[in-house]
Amino acid sequence: MSTKQLLVSAAIAGLALGTSAAFAQKKYDVGATDTEIKIGNIMPYSGPASAYGTIGKAAGAYFKKINDEGGINGRKINFISVDDGYSPPKTVEMARRLVEQDQVLLIWGPLGTPPNTAIQKYMNAKKVPQLFVYTGATKWNDPKNNPWTMGWQPNYQTEAAIYAKHILKTKPDAKIAILFQNDDYGKDYVKGLEDGLGDKAKSMIVARASYETSDPTVDSQIVQLQGSGANVFFNVTTPKFAAQAIRKAYDIGWKPVQYLNNVSASIGATLIPAGLDKSVGLISTGYLKDQAEPEWKDDKGMNDWRAFMAKYYPEGNIKDGGNISGYGNAQTLVQVLKQCGDNLTRENVMKQAANLKNFRTEVLLPGITINTGPDDFAPIQSVQLARFDGKEWVRFGEILGK
Amino acid sequence: MTTESTTAAVPVSAATSRMRVVAYAVLLLAVCALPFLVSNYRTFQFTLVLVYAIALLGLNILTGYNGQISLGHGAFYAIGAYVAAVLMDKFGVPYYLTVPAAGVVCLAVGFLFGLPALRLEGLYLALATFGLGVSMPQVLKDKHLEHWTGGVQGIVIIKPDPPFGLPLNQDQWLYYFTLAVLLIMFLLGWNLLRGRIGRSLVAIRDQPVAAEAMGVNNALYKSLAFGVSAMYTGVAGALGAIAVQFVAPDSFTIFLSITFLIGIVIGGLASISGAIYGALFIQFVPNIADQISKAAPWAIYGVFMIGFMYVMPVGVAGAIRIVWARIRHRTKGGDNSQKS
Repeated sequence: MSTKQLLVSAAIAGLALGTSAAFAQKKYDVGATDTEIKIGNIMPYSGPASAYGTIGKAAGAYFKKINDEGGINGRKINFISVDDGYSPPKTVEMARRLVEQDQVLLIWGPLGTPPNTAIQKYMNAKKVPQLFVYTGATKWNDPKNNPWTMGWQPNYQTEAAIYAKHILKTKPDAKIAILFQNDDYGKDYVKGLEDGLGDKAKSMIVARASYETSDPTVDSQIVQLQGSGANVFFNVTTPKFAAQAIRKAYDIGWKPVQYLNNVSASIGATLIPAGLDKSVGLISTGYLKDQAEPEWKDDKGMNDWRAFMAKYYPEGNIKDGGNISGYGNAQTLVQVLKQCGDNLTRENVMKQAANLKNFRTEVLLPGITINTGPDDFAPIQSVQLARFDGKEWVRFGEILGK
Repeated sequence: MTTESTTAAVPVSAATSRMRVVAYAVLLLAVCALPFLVSNYRTFQFTLVLVYAIALLGLNILTGYNGQISLGHGAFYAIGAYVAAVLMDKFGVPYYLTVPAAGVVCLAVGFLFGLPALRLEGLYLALATFGLGVSMPQVLKDKHLEHWTGGVQGIVIIKPDPPFGLPLNQDQWLYYFTLAVLLIMFLLGWNLLRGRIGRSLVAIRDQPVAAEAMGVNNALYKSLAFGVSAMYTGVAGALGAIAVQFVAPDSFTIFLSITFLIGIVIGGLASISGAIYGALFIQFVPNIADQISKAAPWAIYGVFMIGFMYVMPVGVAGAIRIVWARIRHRTKGGDNSQKS
């Protein structure tokens, strides 16, 4: 481009900027028109993680509801959701299909750390938003290197740091034993705890044991951790192993203060198999309302969600937390698109996604808001501690995090 | 499986052979023109078809021609992919050198695995290879290897640019690169299978005792078949990794091995061209199934598989052979001197 051309285009750009406010000029990238916004999505409808597929279905149902109510600023959402079977090569293929063939404006909510890692480079090279991905890894909050990728849920490190703070406050003489899954998910939690403990990490953490998802049980690890004399147990495991660990600790008479990661906080999947009586006193965190909790029986936000489920996704399982999460995340996207107004360029989508101020979907726990900024690509960063009383999680203390 | 004979071994008349050459030339032209006729995304998909075709030919050498069932070829594909990714990522080796390197590594691994596997027949071998396939994703996550493999995070690799300033984009270039490798591998395979070695492999499959009596070294040929088969699959793995630009343990689950087996059975056992049909099937049918039903894509996939097997019990290649033979039979009237 010659200098002259450059000057001309700069002048035009300047003019456009100057007039856009006054005339609300319409601007589109591929995937957006006067009548439609095309949104791509990749979900494991088949394969080992297919249980999460309900998230995509719930979101699709929510977009249908939005369309029935007139769409976003008059535009209907065309939601194209495809299956990758949780296989990274397939995710790459599907992302390319959505971007190059279906020509979507953005890809919302792809699920899983490996699938998202597989497409991150492609999405950032193509400058297509990879928005509100479903994984708790910390690396999605990296606006400098990956300005087109953003997470949604609280990341593992944030959560672990909150446990660290609670330990420092309530148990200054803590001797901490950690059981963690030997992968990036487990390591993220351990790092978060270490960072949260700061200088005390070295002296406070007295034992760590890891397991592989292929291990039949974690019994020997629990015995080993008990032997360290620890009085705090940080349980970074997926539901099956979490249940084993809780039961084993109880059976061998080890009675530390137990912190259980949010990944396994489900009463149905973890605590019932472990034994509800053996789970009394566990501490964990939450950020979404759980529809089974009596507290939300007459809650407006949850009643809206129940009505939505009954009307738009009646075949969905009301007990599955994925349906709450998919609904809440889809609402967040709708908010971003509303904020975009008539400027539906990919750049503006990212700009607005990084410009959420005190946004709330009513399935979030009271007091938790979604805030993002140009240097903050982590939408939900607060959680609330909760203690299990033998029947349900009793939330306590204030909302922690940002 | 035992009733199929190798196509290449059948003598053909001059006229048919000329027709074949013309047909192949037209096909090759069409295949070469493809990237300019379809979008980059489709080009990428067809690159994957070529990659799978190489892997399927490898498995077909072992299972179709030699009668050894493998449920673990995804493991060799994974090894090939990781060899390529680690060489590119950690040692800065150019991508085109990683492909033969992956082949050599897999040849060695396959041959060594084939040695003890010699003692196993049929279902027992299937189980042993299944074990290999099941364990591979976890081996790749192992903490001692993590420094190289990147653990669960996997390795992201950079897509190669076309060389010599060719007016192609990355997808088109990768397609031609993969096509060139495929042609070399298929030519090698054709040479290997139509001659003495191919006949020995088939003889071992159909009549192991007779083969031994004829002077075929069963043990050596079976391990070699394993090694060569693994080499093909490893080369495919390396090409697949370069095309996808990412390797992770989750890319190579046991389902990949099963998919390969599906590919060779649907495509046609003991058939070289069958590898291509099988590759088209495993690449495109899951996508079609997903478009038909989000609720049960695997059920649709299963229906497709059953349908294919019902209509074409000897695979697509076998069905084409039968149809072709009928047409010839009709046009040539009584000329029955050649078996199809």
